[in-house]
Amino acid sequence: MYTTELKDKNQKPQVAAVVEDPERLAAFEARVAADDFIEPKDWMPEAYRKTLVRQISQHAHSEIVGMLPEGNWITRAPSLRRKAVLLAKVQDEGGHGLYLYAAAETLGTSREEMIEALHSGRAKYSTIFNYPTLTWADIGAIGWLVDGAAIMNQVPLQRTSYGPYARAMVRVCKEESFHQRQGYEIMMALAGGTDAQKRMAQDALNRWWWPSIMMFGPPDENSPNTAQSIRWRIKRETNDELRQKFIDVTVPQAEAIGLTIPDADLKWNDARGSYDYGAIDWEEFYAVVRGEGPVAKERMQARVKAWEDGAWVRDAATAHAAKHEAREAAE
Amino acid sequence: MSKNWPLWEVFIRAKNGLSHRHAGSVHAADAKMALEAARDTYTRRMEGVSLWVVPSAAIIASDPGDAAELFEPAADKVYRHPTFYSIPENIKNI
Repeated sequence: MYTTELKDKNQKPQVAAVVEDPERLAAFEARVAADDFIEPKDWMPEAYRKTLVRQISQHAHSEIVGMLPEGNWITRAPSLRRKAVLLAKVQDEGGHGLYLYAAAETLGTSREEMIEALHSGRAKYSTIFNYPTLTWADIGAIGWLVDGAAIMNQVPLQRTSYGPYARAMVRVCKEESFHQRQGYEIMMALAGGTDAQKRMAQDALNRWWWPSIMMFGPPDENSPNTAQSIRWRIKRETNDELRQKFIDVTVPQAEAIGLTIPDADLKWNDARGSYDYGAIDWEEFYAVVRGEGPVAKERMQARVKAWEDGAWVRDAATAHAAKHEAREAAE
Repeated sequence: MSKNWPLWEVFIRAKNGLSHRHAGSVHAADAKMALEAARDTYTRRMEGVSLWVVPSAAIIASDPGDAAELFEPAADKVYRHPTFYSIPENIKNI
């Protein structure tokens, strides 16, 4: 699961505080423009490093927090098959978080710093996870729409200019496609079921559609860092380009199972070869980015509790390792 | 965390006959835990038949700044490659 880079609307645009050596900067720009990969020990401008740390750590946090809305349905999955599938998916999200934390660490930030930033509320994660999962159909909608949006975002990132991030994305993308398919399968089953089940599927689509298309981030004209990130090949496509692609592939998928996208203005535009869609409520988006999402507090409480409840295990493992090291040294 | 766990690099042999290949890294308190974490993190889909974990601190890496002097001299030694030598068409099996 993925989020585009998030910032509060009022946060100042990033200014490069460091004046870079123009010769090195030019050499760097040329390498990136030629689609060369940048590796951890290579010289890079400070602004590139900072943008990457922010984007990769937000991405990692989103994977980790993303386990929460689905995790609370594991015990309530309607069959053993669905339960096994959901467990595997949630485990994958944990793995994706770990690949990404490791990629961010190669830029000189520690795991502890990143976790502390998340728990203290300084770090952002995808707005989508601050919406509640009310029914089983929400698990279907998340897999289909949220993971679908994530795939749209992540596929071009396999060619992002920072090597460790690109390699992490290759692994993530390989695993993500099952997530989307299992979600669509849940929606398909419900949409083909009883009237009540069909209503449940439609209700989930109604609630998840808009937050899902907001996942791509603010429109391009309000995304001041996009141009820089595209030039540095940190991003490969703009928020609006990705959003449009997602809408174009998803609408027929909804129609195929008899569900209706909750957008009265949605209409095929022959001239553009794309769907026109209605206005997005960006005030809602920015409110969720500010931490006002319906279940933002619960998410962080659950995250911090898990971390604190696990402290004794981490301490025990540390003590065990120290004891064995001391014993081996004594022999 | 009372103490930052060291970083370990993970290498996976996809199948016998192939060499181990770098897959990523994990944090762990000791080698046994690093192997277990590597297994859970990097081999959920039959990615391999064997794992290596190596303390990241034990890896000595070349400096990208030295890449020119280390690797470029090979470019002017084309006579190390078989295509450098021209052999008449009628000579076979060489």
